[in-house]
Parts: sequence; structure tokens; C-alpha cells
Amino acid sequence: MVEEVVVFGVWVSPYSRRVETALRLKGVPYKYIEEDLGNKSPLLLKYNPIHEKVPVLVHNGNPIAESLVILEYIDETCPQGFPILPKDPYERATARFGSKFIDDKCMPAITQACWGEGEASDKAVEEATELLMFMENELKENRFFGGERIGMVDIAANIVGFWLGTFEQVTGVELMTRDKFPNLTNWSIEFVRNNVIKENLPPREEMISYLRKKRSAR
Amino acid sequence: MASQEVKLLGFWVSPFSIRVEWALKLKGVDYEYIEEDIFNKSSRLLELNPVHKKVPVLVHDGKVMAESFILLEYIDETWKQDPLLLPQDPYERSKARFWARVAEEKLLEYSFTAMCTHGEKKEQALKSAVEAAEKIEEEMKRNNKKFLGGESIGYLDLAMGWIAYWLPVWEEVGSMQIVDPSQFPATTAWSKRFLDHPVIKQNLPPRDKMLVYFHERRKILGGLV
Repeated sequence: MVEEVVVFGVWVSPYSRRVETALRLKGVPYKYIEEDLGNKSPLLLKYNPIHEKVPVLVHNGNPIAESLVILEYIDETCPQGFPILPKDPYERATARFGSKFIDDKCMPAITQACWGEGEASDKAVEEATELLMFMENELKENRFFGGERIGMVDIAANIVGFWLGTFEQVTGVELMTRDKFPNLTNWSIEFVRNNVIKENLPPREEMISYLRKKRSAR
Repeated sequence: MASQEVKLLGFWVSPFSIRVEWALKLKGVDYEYIEEDIFNKSSRLLELNPVHKKVPVLVHDGKVMAESFILLEYIDETWKQDPLLLPQDPYERSKARFWARVAEEKLLEYSFTAMCTHGEKKEQALKSAVEAAEKIEEEMKRNNKKFLGGESIGYLDLAMGWIAYWLPVWEEVGSMQIVDPSQFPATTAWSKRFLDHPVIKQNLPPRDKMLVYFHERRKILGGLV
């Protein structure tokens, strides 16, 4: 059977970039479809009727939504390739916990801290700092959250590794400073330098332009 | 010594800790249950789950883990005897994980909010809850087997089990209806089969105590939600 892999994404989205990163790590060729979120394609709505969001992975006509669910699917479908999740059940539980933590807690706090206003934003800065500290302590002096190599948590943490820096630059909010977060800072440098990761990040200047436009449109 | 290898910190009325107990009991895994007072958290809980400060927490051979869906997967991967909780096929697994989240992030959130609020807030939450329930009903209809896991209870049944038992309590406490049996025949039939399962039936908190508890929660949260 000819394998057909399609990814519906948006160039600025860390979530769809996660999926592309995973496919590249596994060496899986795929077709990419850029969605206009202001004018969603009928195909996207067909494949993700519940959330109507990107990313969606369609494998031989079967759609899978939610980036972390997709990452697990990619890992299970290509067990012989680059490991995204570890083999040991406890390490897998830890990796899943870390990834969920990033999505459920870090991302909302970071977004509110950088893009929110007034008191809500100040509170969020405090919260985001606390949450990043958890990550800092979890990482310790390891090269990656996955150990010697990139793993699921590193891929999920692309928000912290790349997008956070662009938010900080555009909004002037400072969250991840080197003196407070030496481990995370070092990690983020390694992260964006990694061959596969860097192929799957939006060009920094274009990302900054995009965020600046969004900010002035508010 | 087997029962000392596995410890579960839980709360008697929490659907999150009970779903983990269901999994352990279905697999026949011995464990020590430790009841936590979530309104007066022990230093032990705060030490074991500093990130979320919540139950359930599972400790296996000294390894500490949290988040109920993650614990279900850990249990399935560690104790490989029947029943196998997650499907074998990766696509089926991804669907189970997806729907577990839909039920949790949409139906559960909105139902609980609807129970605790009044007026327009309640109407909005109720509407969203019913929409989520409708999507789940379609999924239930599509799955024409005894359980969502097939012939035996699986991950998705355990993840959605609260719908069969907690949701009717919340409906009563909130004087509302989300899953009307005449509109949701598949969900209703699945709920009945789920609650009839011998392991589930024996591991449910007492309904009368639940009503008291959630009435109290509604009063307290009603001003805040």
C-alpha cells in the first residue's frame, strides 16, 4: 500500500510544527497543507469537525487531531525510527506528564503574561516564572529533556525554545532570563541549533513581523 | 509484600482517582489506598505532586506519577495482563486518547460549570455541555460493541465512566438535564452496561454522600465560578 501522509498546519503554529518535526525525525515524507484559519478549508472541517483546528495528520485517509496525540501516533506507527517516547513505562509517564504540563499550564500562562494586560498579565508573569522554574529543575544540566537526544518533551517545549523568545522580543516582557534560567537558556540554544528542529521553525524575522502586525492590530 | 509496592493517593468522590482504582482492580493489581483530604492537603501529597498538588498520585516501587489518563496508560504498559486497556492498533489508540480528552475538556468542564452557576452563565455552560454530549453520543452509536474497549472494558470506558455515575448526580444537584435518555440512547445504554460491570459496580462512591458533597460544592463555588 502506498503510504499517504498529509499534515494540515499553519506556519506560525508551534503545534503544527511539532507534528512536522516528528515526521522529519522519523524520516517520513508528507504533504503539507497550509490552512488559513480565517477561512478554513472544507477538508480541515471534515477531518477535525470537533475542534476545527490545526494540526491534523491524515494517514491513508485516517485523520488524527491534537498534536500530542499525533506525536504518540507517529511514534507507534514508526517504532523502528528515531524514538520520540522512551521505552520504559515510568519514563513514558514522565514524558507525557511534562508534555501535558507544557500545554495545560505553561502555554496559557506564557500567553497571558506576554499578551495580556494590566493585573492579569502581572499575575501571569509570576505564574509563568514559577512554571518555567519547574522545567528548569526538571531539565537540570541535561542536554535535552529526552536526555542525550531530543524527545517528546523537547518537541512539545518548542513553545519555550523558540516562540517564547519571539514573544519577549515583540512585547518587551522578560520571562526566561539567563540568570534565572541557566539550564533552560542553554537548552533553548541547543534546541534551535538542532538540524531537524531548525528546519521546522518559522524564520525568526518573519515570525517577529507577524507578531508585530498582530499586536498593532489589537 | 505486593500491596506495598503500589500506593494510590486518592479522594473518595474524585472521578479522577476512582478511574485509576478501576484500572488497578480490573487488572487485579494489589495496592494500598491512601485517602487524601483535598481541602486540607497533606505534606505528603504536596511533596509527591508539587506541580499540580492534586490526586490521584500513583507510587510504584518508589516511582511517583500523576495525571489520571497518564496513570491508566502506565498501568496498561506495566501490568500487561487482561484486560488490555488500550487498543492494539495505533489509529484506534489515537481515537481513544482523542475522545478521552473531548469528554474531559468539554463535557466534564461544561457540566460541572453548569452545575455550579446560575442564569446566563449556566445556560451557556449547559448548551456547550449538551453539544459535547451530542458528539460523544455519535461516537457511542458508531461503536456498536458492548463497551468502548470492545468486548471488555477499556481505557475509553474508564476515561468516560464518570458520565455514567457522576453526571446524573451533577444533573440532580444542578437541577438540569444534559443526557436525556430519550435523546441519548447509545450513551444511556453504554452507561447501564458500564455500571453493571462487577468491578465497577463494587467501586462507586455512595450516591447519597455524593449528593451532599456536590450540593455543598455548588454553594461554595457558585459565587466564584
